[in-house]
Amino acid sequence: MAYLDHAATTPMLPEAAEAMAALLTQPGNASSLHAAGRRARRVVEESRETIAAALGARPSEVIFTSGGTESDNLAIKGLFWARHRSDPRRRRLLLSAVEHHAVLDSALWLTEHDAATITWLPVDEGGRLTPEALRAAIDENPDDVAMVSVMWANNEVGTVQPIEALARVAHDYGVPIHTDAVQAVGQLPVDFAASGVDAMTATGHKFGGPLGAGVLLLGRDVGCTPVLHGGGQERDVRSGTLDVAAIAGLAVAAEVAVKEQPARADRVRALRDDLVAGVQVSVPDALFNGVPVADAAGRLPGNAHFSFPGCEGDALLMLLDARGIECSTGSACSAGVARPSHVLLAMGHDEERARGSLRFSLGHTSTATDVDALISAIVPTVERARSAATALR
Amino acid sequence: MKVLAAMSGGVDSAVAAARAVAAGHDVTGVHLALSPSPASFREGARGCCSLEDSRDARRAADVLGIPFYVWDVAERFGRDVVDDFVAEYAAGRTPNPCVRCNERIKFSAVLDRAVALGFDTVCTGHYARLVDGRLHRAIDPGKDQSYVLGVLRPDQLERAMFPLGDSRKDDVRAEAAGLGLGVAAKPDSHDICFIPHGDTRDWLRERLGEQPGDIVDTSGAVVGAHDGAYAFTVGQRRGLGLSVPAPGGAPRYVLGISPVSRTITVGALDELDVSELVATNPVWCGPMPALPFTGSAQLRAHGEVHACTADVVDGDLMVTFADQPRGIAPGQTVVLYDDDMVVGSATISSTR
Repeated sequence: MAYLDHAATTPMLPEAAEAMAALLTQPGNASSLHAAGRRARRVVEESRETIAAALGARPSEVIFTSGGTESDNLAIKGLFWARHRSDPRRRRLLLSAVEHHAVLDSALWLTEHDAATITWLPVDEGGRLTPEALRAAIDENPDDVAMVSVMWANNEVGTVQPIEALARVAHDYGVPIHTDAVQAVGQLPVDFAASGVDAMTATGHKFGGPLGAGVLLLGRDVGCTPVLHGGGQERDVRSGTLDVAAIAGLAVAAEVAVKEQPARADRVRALRDDLVAGVQVSVPDALFNGVPVADAAGRLPGNAHFSFPGCEGDALLMLLDARGIECSTGSACSAGVARPSHVLLAMGHDEERARGSLRFSLGHTSTATDVDALISAIVPTVERARSAATALR
Repeated sequence: MKVLAAMSGGVDSAVAAARAVAAGHDVTGVHLALSPSPASFREGARGCCSLEDSRDARRAADVLGIPFYVWDVAERFGRDVVDDFVAEYAAGRTPNPCVRCNERIKFSAVLDRAVALGFDTVCTGHYARLVDGRLHRAIDPGKDQSYVLGVLRPDQLERAMFPLGDSRKDDVRAEAAGLGLGVAAKPDSHDICFIPHGDTRDWLRERLGEQPGDIVDTSGAVVGAHDGAYAFTVGQRRGLGLSVPAPGGAPRYVLGISPVSRTITVGALDELDVSELVATNPVWCGPMPALPFTGSAQLRAHGEVHACTADVVDGDLMVTFADQPRGIAPGQTVVLYDDDMVVGSATISSTR
């Protein structure tokens, strides 16, 4: 088997699994006052400190959540509500056109059920937003901007955004900025304080931690209205009994992933470059999407994204799956009814190119054998998919 | 063989896939997404393309341990089946969308893609038998679906697999339960899958609008009014809403539909009797039989069988009946049988 879908989820690190397993049978609610509760609380707070140190935040800025989707919902809705309440003119959400659906759909929900409007921030052919484009969008009317949200790195094509520069622009106007850094943590150096952003989403299962555990890093003076109400466990911004074992696993994974990030990124990038070169030699008309691999800082080290002209992405995926090679199509999927990727469309590509695309994403368990398996399978796979492409049209 | 099992989420296609697996084939399950915006849940026993059905199909594939994918055929299905269905009604005919789906989607678009992707066969849960490459009725007369497959050519049948033709429905359900398939007790789907509420007349009105016209008797006298000729089918008795009763009070039936003049003609039951029909685009499921052909004909799904002779005249199929079948609607398919073997079919254009 060649698992080339680490951007979907990456296997847990053994250290994280061990830390979690050791706690799963322990009693104790971290909000309880007795000894078991205090033991649980200690694990949570030590984990909070570990995560804060790994990501360049203060412990009090770490809010534990159930993962990326919850963190994005909390950031978009919470910041919008707080900003809109303090000044009703603030209605405008500024979003890059390539955001993840957890951000997009939270924002769209606010336009349907609340007073929000959206300004889509354009990206170039590589998927990158420029600080100038953000400045122009704010300048349309700086007084009505509620917040900005731009992902740190794109989940489909791996484009890295100039987050620090974007944060400076937002702060020139006193506007808060959130970033979805789900794909970035463990792949790139990520420092919350140095980036200047006000809120940042991260989730464990993308960097070797457990599923169902993530954080929203939230600056201490950033207003955020809760989405989940209840016991107020996390700074009164997020309620719900804390998952002590998962939080411990998350902390271990964050520590290891960040410590090993430079070496791992170099290793994964070399494999990725071999993969890209191999596919381009085997299928000369394959189109590489996103920032060129030569721009090492501009693209996630583990991401490769191709369009195969004349092929349907789902046929390619099925044929590769049958050969034991696991990857993703470039399109969002609802009950299998594929819609062309909004990311590729925003980058100026047409529906054909979006439909025929595949994402290969490498991670900490990837090997040269995985890459070789793909290279040897890609030619017959593309030939076969091409011959099948028109049947359903 | 490499087998592509079309899995609707129902019990029949799940057991068909299971039998293909048990026979030692390399089976891949595929659910066909037919709607561009699938509903979340089934409405009653209708429809087969909700997200819930897709999940049921996926669960069955998981239980069988086979790969599973969803194929988006919504665009082709919309064009070749749904649009055709509306156009046929608008032209005063009564289409059978299941026949069109088998002809144009399952055993054409899907089969072509499957073959191109390296599969040998498409396997479905239809109740029909293939004997030496020839299509036959299923042994369960209550479930027999050979009628809706009568449009398949030999090259399509060669690539088809119908593992349920030798079984009775009860046995298929029991087999599903024995295999641990959760769909074992799922109700049968019926009616038209893309009209989830089941009200065809209402569904057509949404698409074609109100087109009021007269209902007349065979003398031409106006006996009622309607708001869309497409809402009627030849042989229909109920829902005519006639304002003038028939002499003697005998029930009246739709005899004819003229969409251009928006006129519905009604008359007595015996005026529905037919002794001949003409049907277009004949398809032969095997070698063309010696003509004139003597055998039997079925005129609607689960309809009665009528002894007949058939011949081809100027490319059309002419069918002459020994008895007088009643209420034959243009647009429906006439399927010719030699005992239990399907010989061919054509689309009814007119009757006498």
